[in-house]
Amino acid sequence: MALLEVKDLRTSFFTDAGEVRAVDGVSFSLDRGKVLGIVGESGSGKSVTAYSIMQILAPTGKIVGGSVKLDGQELVGADEKTIRTVRGNRISIIFQDPMTSLNPTYTIGTQLMEAIRLHTNRNRKEARERAVEMLRLVNVNEPEKRMKQYPFELSGGMRQRVMIAMALACEPDILIADEPTTALDVTIQAQILELMQDLQRKLGMAIIMITHDLGVVAQLCDEIIVMYAGAICEKGTADDIFYDPQHEYTKGLMRSIPRDENNGQRLKPITGTPIDLLNMPRGCPFAPRCDAAMKVCLTEHAPVLEVSEGHSSSCWVTCQKALEAEKNAAKGGDAQ
Amino acid sequence: MSENKNDILLDVRGLKQYFPINTGFLKTRPLKAVDDVSFTIRRGETLGLVGESGCGKTTVGRTILHLYQPTAGEIRYDGQLIESKQSIREFRKKATMVFQDPYSSLNPRMTVSDIVAEPLDVHELCRTKQEREERVLELLGYVGLNSEHASRYAHEFSGGQRQRIGIARALAVNPEFIVCDEPVSALDVSIQAQVINMFDDLQDRLGLTYLFIAHDLLVVRHISDRIAVMYLGKLVELADADEIYRHPLHPYSRSLLSAVPLPDPKKARANKRIVLSGDIPSPLNAPSGCPFRTRCRYATEQCAQSMPELKDEGAGHLVACHRLKEIGD
Repeated sequence: MALLEVKDLRTSFFTDAGEVRAVDGVSFSLDRGKVLGIVGESGSGKSVTAYSIMQILAPTGKIVGGSVKLDGQELVGADEKTIRTVRGNRISIIFQDPMTSLNPTYTIGTQLMEAIRLHTNRNRKEARERAVEMLRLVNVNEPEKRMKQYPFELSGGMRQRVMIAMALACEPDILIADEPTTALDVTIQAQILELMQDLQRKLGMAIIMITHDLGVVAQLCDEIIVMYAGAICEKGTADDIFYDPQHEYTKGLMRSIPRDENNGQRLKPITGTPIDLLNMPRGCPFAPRCDAAMKVCLTEHAPVLEVSEGHSSSCWVTCQKALEAEKNAAKGGDAQ
Repeated sequence: MSENKNDILLDVRGLKQYFPINTGFLKTRPLKAVDDVSFTIRRGETLGLVGESGCGKTTVGRTILHLYQPTAGEIRYDGQLIESKQSIREFRKKATMVFQDPYSSLNPRMTVSDIVAEPLDVHELCRTKQEREERVLELLGYVGLNSEHASRYAHEFSGGQRQRIGIARALAVNPEFIVCDEPVSALDVSIQAQVINMFDDLQDRLGLTYLFIAHDLLVVRHISDRIAVMYLGKLVELADADEIYRHPLHPYSRSLLSAVPLPDPKKARANKRIVLSGDIPSPLNAPSGCPFRTRCRYATEQCAQSMPELKDEGAGHLVACHRLKEIGD
């Protein structure tokens, strides 16, 4: 059984302007010890998916349907007590901006120990020892000294290490990383990614890596989910997504990033502007920006089609190709 | 024009920009944001300026345009020294800037046409209202917007469209040279490509010269002819874009380039990253000698004593490192 099973998850925000369907029917599963990447642009619903799993949505947000199962245990609709045994304990999260997610008025040590004591029955002394041990694990130099320091005294990379230490203190099964390196410089980003990879192997936890940086997912992830306008466009292994993209949006993304192959040539951007979640088109949300859009794309959502094992795409163009391939195969069969 | 002088448009020599920082009662210390930086930009080329936050790349861009009064150094544009008030004013008709944040760099109380026309008004470039209006429409046309957008306010636009407005404003005075300060960092991947292509097109069409400041190395490589790498206020390497990507020489450039996550799983797996230990030192307590020596594994005594000079290692590949020969490939 998969460690985490998300089925048809729907999360909406109820604003004055109307209902915003931030996550609209997302399904995936995550096995123990795997790294899953969720990529998408701002507003694609990747962070809200994570917040829905953790149930830390803003007051206007609500899970309106679907299920999230951890080891078979349903989390959607579970009472707060159950959620509290999961949140921070079995599933942890680190955020993009390590400055705003640490409390500026408490020392690093106090905050680390709070997390540890909240979830385990260690006493103060044991919690302190555990906190120092965790800081050492994430390669923070002079951990005893850092325990007494405040967040503003640390650099960005150091703060993100503290956040990781805090998230890992209770040995979670799943670590959700929401754009953990976006606020960091390239060389510091390399340090943090290296650390996460290292810890993942050491502790055998699963990671959900949420990012807009295709480079980061290429480096880190076994499996990748591409999201657009609250829904999954394509799902597959890293090699599937990068070398054999099926969905027109994924193809567009791959064409629009500068890399070795297109160096010196013009980039081929996706045309149009990002989607307005309050005014969603009737059919495929990407259709208005899609060069290959057909009539059917404008009126109906494409079904999820499995291209090969574990590689699925929900795009009419993929469906059309599959149909033609089937027809050709049938013709070939008749001729024989 | 100045064909005979190898067609150098901008010549920056020994540029220094220090900011006084209060360190106590009536006590200040200089923060050396830019420390003795020299480079040239040829007419029609794009010079990429890369480095991590706090390395002084934005300050270089702003100081060139005299948004800050330089502490020391010379800026020559088309052979003319930019120093007097008069020369700065003339210079600003030829050199403009596109800012990083398309949200805070546009006045929310002004319509798009007023934003774009502001430089025209300041420099009194249009004589009649009609001329102004026509010019605004022409500028909006350059960046793929139209008359329908002119009377709206900035908040009605998406990030990518706002950046287009910012670019139209920069083009208003008919500049030859534009400092682009992280113009695509705040944009989504799919919109980034649109804006990068627009910079390319405008360069071809209007013969522009860019100083392109960014931290995204893949984007910089794509758009630049040459690339300069900065670390803690100093220029450490400058070379052709492809050359610096294939054969970075300075130990900092090497680790910086190896740290870039490649959007290609097979290459990413094969990539041998040189992960630097530690953080960038504060520019207030910059190390003596070579600023990179505290994180450099090749550093010796000599590196602590003197800052290496930028030397040409062949074909215009400039590097500032004492230990270049010892490091090898």
